[in-house]
Amino acid sequence: MSLWEYANPVKFMRLSGAVLPWLSAAAAVALVAGLGWGFATPPDYRQGATVKIMFVHVPAAMMAINAWMMMLVASLIWIVRRHHVSALAARAAAPVGAVMTVIALVTGAIWGQPMWGSWWEWDPRLTSFLVLFLFYVGYIALWSAVEDPDSAADLTSVLCLVGSVFALLSRYAALFWNQGLHQGASLSVRAGERMAPVYKQPLYLCMLAFFLLFLALVLARTRTEIRRRRTAALIAREARP
Amino acid sequence: MKAVFLRDLRLAFRAGGGVGLGLAFFLIVCTLVPFGVGAGGDILSRIAPGIMWVGALLACLLSLDRIFALDGEDGSLDLLATAPLPLEGVVLAKAAAHWVTTGLPLVVAAPLFGLLLHLPTPALPWLLTSLALGTPALSMLGAFGAALTVGVRRGGLLLSALVLPLYIPTLIFGAETVRLGAAGQDPATPLALLAGITLAVVAAIPFAAAAALRVNLR
Repeated sequence: MSLWEYANPVKFMRLSGAVLPWLSAAAAVALVAGLGWGFATPPDYRQGATVKIMFVHVPAAMMAINAWMMMLVASLIWIVRRHHVSALAARAAAPVGAVMTVIALVTGAIWGQPMWGSWWEWDPRLTSFLVLFLFYVGYIALWSAVEDPDSAADLTSVLCLVGSVFALLSRYAALFWNQGLHQGASLSVRAGERMAPVYKQPLYLCMLAFFLLFLALVLARTRTEIRRRRTAALIAREARP
Repeated sequence: MKAVFLRDLRLAFRAGGGVGLGLAFFLIVCTLVPFGVGAGGDILSRIAPGIMWVGALLACLLSLDRIFALDGEDGSLDLLATAPLPLEGVVLAKAAAHWVTTGLPLVVAAPLFGLLLHLPTPALPWLLTSLALGTPALSMLGAFGAALTVGVRRGGLLLSALVLPLYIPTLIFGAETVRLGAAGQDPATPLALLAGITLAVVAAIPFAAAAALRVNLR
């Protein structure tokens, strides 16, 4: 019994089918509770009510990066061990990650307008998120452009590996290029936490909720991809004389 | 490897439009920008480093599909793949040929176009150095993008969407070098970082590009 058993699509479908409803329900509950709790927090003494957008912005930004990380790991597994479920999971995660990136950018702009007086600044963090979004777009475009599914999985895996290096490089290049306006991390393992508990607790709940949401969406999308693959195989079998 | 390199050079020079086209495009960009932003000398000389770098990048992008697409269509890529030279070597030779036919003319012509854009004189040596150091990375990354999309019909737009994000670090450090040089400051740090990117890309990307080619030739 090991994790690799779930590389078998049948086993994966059985397990994910059993887990998915619970996971979705948990994500929904956590999302409603976290956002509701976040909405009920008192206004910040300096940022006023705009601080509440943090409960969407921070988890979305976190998941945007984590989704790319997950794609990187899944791509590596595909390259090394050739498990189809892994490649399909990477494919399934990409649009979710792209949407998370957009949510982070848009909520950031909505927050930045009253706080910084500008919808957009060429700040390193903002710039690297825009670059991350471009990488997501390229990745998704390559998946849909290559017809043979195995070749597409190979090519996108290579792109994901190279893209990861360059996304990181762009991050540091952007730091070099322009000093930032965006505040540093308020939650950090190394520097400790610099946030009042009244905001921190709902924020943690929201992070958990976005993580569960991401997991549920990726599982559902991977299941869809596997079913689509099976349908294509069935059609191909029918077409054969 | 030398044979592949020379073959690509000959094809580029004799087929016409290879070398001149990139330069002409660069010239057109340098002509269009003053129309767009106004011919005031101070604005132009302030944005000239960035325009030169973006122009070089776009000119490089234009000719990328030449690297593998034509060979992929007429089947010579399959022959190259079965040749004794490993595919990594083919990628390196082809990227080098692309640089000689696209990057090098841009470097040589850059001072002239710098005049058009009122580039400050102290920035000129830095423009040349940064372009000479940075354009090989552009060709190499372009070869990687071309290798990814060689099997895709009408892959031009996809190629740009894949390659342009990869160009960002090179562009930042290249333009920053020229900007610091124009301001009379010491641009050694961005220049060293630019050279570092180029070296790393030349060392590592052939393997990624060859892997992509192998997938596409399967």
